[in-house]
Amino acid sequence: MERIPILKLGPFLLVTIQIDLYDRVALNLENDLITMVSKTGAKGVLIDISAVNIVDSFMGRILGNIASMSRIMDAETVVVGMQPAVAITLVELGLTLQGVHTALDVEKGMELLKTKIDIQYGSLDEDEEEGPDDRTD
Amino acid sequence: MIVLTKDTMQILREQDVVPFRNRVRELAVKIGMSLVNQTKLITAASELVRNMLRYANGGKVILEIISKSAQSGVRLTFVDEGPGIADVKQAMQDGFSTGRSLGLGLPGTKRLVNEFDIKSAPGQGTTVMIIHWKNGR
Repeated sequence: MERIPILKLGPFLLVTIQIDLYDRVALNLENDLITMVSKTGAKGVLIDISAVNIVDSFMGRILGNIASMSRIMDAETVVVGMQPAVAITLVELGLTLQGVHTALDVEKGMELLKTKIDIQYGSLDEDEEEGPDDRTD
Repeated sequence: MIVLTKDTMQILREQDVVPFRNRVRELAVKIGMSLVNQTKLITAASELVRNMLRYANGGKVILEIISKSAQSGVRLTFVDEGPGIADVKQAMQDGFSTGRSLGLGLPGTKRLVNEFDIKSAPGQGTTVMIIHWKNGR
């Protein structure tokens, strides 16, 4: 069974989808990612779909599911690198990927994730004081 | 309307979907369809083929390149012998689904392609025909 590799990069998980997914592989990815989030305590998930030519309603739903599940597991999801033709098609299809953060490329996605995590926890560089007072300055 | 090429693909398992999508892409490229229109056509085809697998355990697709008043296009006809659709009008509404999907498949597909026709009756299977013209109009 084909599987999509998931790389751990500091507090983030990075997934690069480089093949056209069929449903089973997409469902496996959903499962594997959530398991990895729980196992590693990752704070962010970055999904690079720049090599994906087709996102249909099923694949769109999987991306949405991953985002909602990660959020429940206290991690943010950013989908990066969507091809323009895919974006046009998704909107006409009626799928707007609500609740999924997006960025143009991996670099911008990383920045977005970092700011999101900063807002929640204060700067990661400081000792990880996760108190609610952290966010005042 | 003239049929320039015609072939048939059986879709019986999920794994047949990716080769099918590639075949559709080949046809679209052959007539010089733009990337956005290719993506729309393939996404539409992907939705329909998924419906066929989910509700009718598969079926066959007739793939044709057609020509009408000096314009070429791709025509796909999805034929299954599944349970059929009781209320086609209802199935064409956004958000309606008897499965657990988002219910975007049929109405979304119709928005993506130039011509769309569906014939179905309970116990008599479902036939969906779509045409996408080279210039997308």
